[in-house]
Amino acid sequence: MTIWTEILIFTLMLTNYRLLATSRLAAMIDTMVLQALTLSVIPLTLAARPWPLELLALTPLTLGVKGVLLPWLLRRGMREAGVQREVEPFLGFSASVLAGIVLLGLSFLITRPLQSAALQGAHFLLPGALFTTLVGLTIIVSRRKALTQVIGYLAMENGVYAFGAALAVQEPLLVEMGMLLDVLVAVFVMGITILHISREFDHIDTDRLSELKD
Amino acid sequence: MPLTVSILHLFLALLLGPLLTGIINRTKARFAGRKGSPLMQPYFDLLKLMRKGAVYSRTTSWVFRAGPVVGLSVMLVCLLVVPAGRISGVVSFRGDFLFLAYALGLMRFVTVLAAMDTGSAFEGMGACREVQFALLAELAFLAGLTVLGLGSGHLSLSGMTASLWSGSQAHVNAPALLVAMSILMVLLAENARIPVDDPTTHLELTMIHEVMVLDHGGVDLAFIEYAAALKLWLYAAFLTSLVIPVETGSPLLDLAAAVCGIFLTALCVGVIESTMARLRLRHVPRMLLVAMALSLAALLWVLR
Repeated sequence: MTIWTEILIFTLMLTNYRLLATSRLAAMIDTMVLQALTLSVIPLTLAARPWPLELLALTPLTLGVKGVLLPWLLRRGMREAGVQREVEPFLGFSASVLAGIVLLGLSFLITRPLQSAALQGAHFLLPGALFTTLVGLTIIVSRRKALTQVIGYLAMENGVYAFGAALAVQEPLLVEMGMLLDVLVAVFVMGITILHISREFDHIDTDRLSELKD
Repeated sequence: MPLTVSILHLFLALLLGPLLTGIINRTKARFAGRKGSPLMQPYFDLLKLMRKGAVYSRTTSWVFRAGPVVGLSVMLVCLLVVPAGRISGVVSFRGDFLFLAYALGLMRFVTVLAAMDTGSAFEGMGACREVQFALLAELAFLAGLTVLGLGSGHLSLSGMTASLWSGSQAHVNAPALLVAMSILMVLLAENARIPVDDPTTHLELTMIHEVMVLDHGGVDLAFIEYAAALKLWLYAAFLTSLVIPVETGSPLLDLAAAVCGIFLTALCVGVIESTMARLRLRHVPRMLLVAMALSLAALLWVLR
């Protein structure tokens, strides 16, 4: 049982490294699907059997929103904006992977005092969750394309979700659903904004938007 | 009994090493829809080379002639310490993982020296690339071995792998999987397989390992190719001992499982070679960096 949780948390960490190392947006979106799959299964491995009904309801919901709906929106945004890859990030891809190693060490260090609060068998989920959040933040600040930054935002949100899963299996259903709805709406709004930016300026580089003058 | 089986594994490695190359080539041929060369082709090549004499350039010195001989003998010594599946190495002592890493380094060193000794610009270029990539690969390899050492509390390779999946050291099992992934990447880089180097290329500008041995011929080349086959066997054997979770109880069955695992690794390498394109040269360090990141993640996991 615990070995499966550990393998899932490893998968979570590996998806983060992939997000940091790849330049292709399509690959990043595929990685987000994998991350959503991992995240939705982790609470099931932590909970005692028989699984509570809320959990059984939440798993397909999380998977549906994070693994199907959001990637679909992102792919659509990619197609509409005509962006295939992140060309010149502020932080290079090798440097990003190195930063990832440092961030992982930091996550282990920071979550050490929190270990006693974690659920049975979830000790490694806390650093994994914090790592996901930090990687999302790194992607937001180090990439140029608006779409990549949206993916970073989603990774951050995934980290928060994993943090919740590590501390309490049965968060109230309403809170979880509210979070999912928030994320969905946020990505929707970002998608519309990206569409308008790319229509207006023929690119979605956020750093070039600061140079606008009339 | 266990020692006998270990020695049996050593003989199997010496006998079946070149077969791994044959399996990889056959897998690639099947993927490409060809019939492919016979499985025994590497043996025929070696026999053909052994029958030939060698030609030495007048600019080379004894370093050039010593390269293949030292390389092959170092490889034979390395095979003594490496475990395969549940079979421990013939020799095992505290700290032999450092011995293995640096013996492999010595082999690379003599190959590079022999390449530089020819004075050829191409070979110097290949040697430069080989050393550049080996720098990162060696870090990943050593970090992976450190994880196993710290996690299992053993300082010998055979001790490390024996305690995996045995139930007594459950907390190393998951990091060991990460290390196995890292070592698979190191295997591809160190054995000059496709995402890093194309063993069948004929363009000196893009070659890494093959370009270093361009000037060797005859028996020398046979030594180098045989040592390369044994190196592949060594890495595959170590990889197998990281991921084989079953212990049958009978040493002979364990040996059979290990050999199957090693052949399966060769099959995997063949599949990877058929499905992946070769990386651009400046992207290779990034791949090795990821291998290092995996090992270091496992290290952090074990250290907590």
